[in-house]
Amino acid sequence: MFELFINKYSKTKQYLYGILLVCLVAGICYAFSQYIGYRVVAFILLLTVSLIAMFFDILPVLVTAFISALIWDYFFIPPHFTLQVASTDDYILLFMYFVIASINAVLTYKIRQIEKVAMQKEEKANTVKLYNTILNSLSHELRTPIAAIIGATDNLQNHNEKLTDKNRNELVKEISKASFRLNQQVENLLNMSRLESGFIQPRKDWCDIAEIVYDAVKRIEENGISQKIHININPAIPLFKLDKGMLEQVIYNLVNNAALYTDANCTINIIAICHADVLQIIIEDNGKGFRKEEITNVFDKFYRLKNTKTGGTGLGLSIVKGFTEAMGGSIYLENLSTGGARFTINIAAETSYQKSIKNE
Amino acid sequence: MSNPAEILIIDDEVQMRKLLEITLQSNDYAVSQATNAKEGIIMAANHPPDMIILDLGLPDEDGHSVLQKLREWYTNPVIILSVQSSEEDIIKALDTGANDYLTKPFRTGELLARMRSALRGALTDVNNPVLTYNDLQIDLSARTVKKKNELIKLTATEYALLATFAKNEGKVLTHHYLLREVWGPGFINQSQYLRVFIAQLRKKIEDDPNRPEYFITESGIGYRFVLKE
Repeated sequence: MFELFINKYSKTKQYLYGILLVCLVAGICYAFSQYIGYRVVAFILLLTVSLIAMFFDILPVLVTAFISALIWDYFFIPPHFTLQVASTDDYILLFMYFVIASINAVLTYKIRQIEKVAMQKEEKANTVKLYNTILNSLSHELRTPIAAIIGATDNLQNHNEKLTDKNRNELVKEISKASFRLNQQVENLLNMSRLESGFIQPRKDWCDIAEIVYDAVKRIEENGISQKIHININPAIPLFKLDKGMLEQVIYNLVNNAALYTDANCTINIIAICHADVLQIIIEDNGKGFRKEEITNVFDKFYRLKNTKTGGTGLGLSIVKGFTEAMGGSIYLENLSTGGARFTINIAAETSYQKSIKNE
Repeated sequence: MSNPAEILIIDDEVQMRKLLEITLQSNDYAVSQATNAKEGIIMAANHPPDMIILDLGLPDEDGHSVLQKLREWYTNPVIILSVQSSEEDIIKALDTGANDYLTKPFRTGELLARMRSALRGALTDVNNPVLTYNDLQIDLSARTVKKKNELIKLTATEYALLATFAKNEGKVLTHHYLLREVWGPGFINQSQYLRVFIAQLRKKIEDDPNRPEYFITESGIGYRFVLKE
């Protein structure tokens, strides 16, 4: 948290703000000098310096401490408006004032350094953990189809004469399935790295929501799924200015996910509505839903639900979230009281109603 | 066909060339191959093929500039091969004069269909004003459209759009191309017009407008008018 403040202000500004703050506090004390003794003023100034030490770098704090000591001496210690000090007590006080202020500055600085190192260590540990998860997930999700391809081609090359026609066809089918799976994984990885690099910028153009939904569903149905998909889109829904590719990928990933992780006899509903220039897309199923403790994690990168079958990279939903947010939208997941999960996407966008276009 | 159509493949990937060679030869095309841009241009100039399949990612020269050089004199179809997720590349190539495109990985069936359609476009002219396909009939001289022998009422813009598609059957048409052809050069950024009119044509002509079979969306690029065989 301290880091934030330090990064926010440049060194020059830290000097300026530190000195200004001390002057301000001193000014206020001076205005009330009839009511408070000058020794109390020392404590108030010391407090100010301590506060500054919490947020600023060591050098600006030391400089502020030194200047505050001078101000205290010049304006508050009798005789006023000189740097002279009348009593021995005040000499000792002034000396101690400066020492305490310096110790304060140094100690706070040290604590902050330790905190920083601890934070870096933790970050590094997290990175290593994430890296391991990525490696595990990737090596499994990429190697499985590769193994299928190598195995099948080996069989076809070396045992061709022993294979029946049926077996041969099955092996070829396996190769085809595995290659498509590989292709999809690579696409997911590319999308993710494009998102991570911040390179991705939505390319907004007028989108026909029904067309996009049906295109995504068509791609999923080509994979051969057994669940029923119901589509409910108001025919009067306007065109939205959004990134077509991103929106289609979001819908594809959500519906594909629902198809992967629900039973064959389940139903998937896709609903698109327009509320005052906000596009709302709901994708819900009547499967088992998500476990409560998992709802917050499902959008995390490489997060896989416990005890789920393989087939994904754990990237699908984080891409959904990334794309939705890149278009300025939000996504929300909840379990339905009737069982099943519901994803709700809201994206505010420019709209165009068909009626406004003349048809001649 | 008495003489097999001659196809020149320009691609640096040996695996890709092998795949294309087997696919094309087994479908009775004559195949020649070039491994880089320089070789490809020389081969095309010495013995102009009936079609060129050009990979956009060549080692010695940018695919777009190869295409530009070819188009200075070569008028037969060119089909572009490109890697996925480079819509801008594809649009640029189509604008430079490529007839069609395929993104790797592609299905060979898809490649053959595109090739047939591009070669057909190169061989036959639209001298015959009546185009009949399955249950759809478009009469370009009488400006009428019939489906299952019933007249379909189209507005002038809808007809202009359909006619543009019909004249380019099987070919991908970019958003800009369609907007320029149908609405005029000032409208190339008014993509909402296109969305609305495509939706209307689908409503009038498709059996199920939500699962179009005639007006196919080419995501991020444009539309393709495909006729059921």
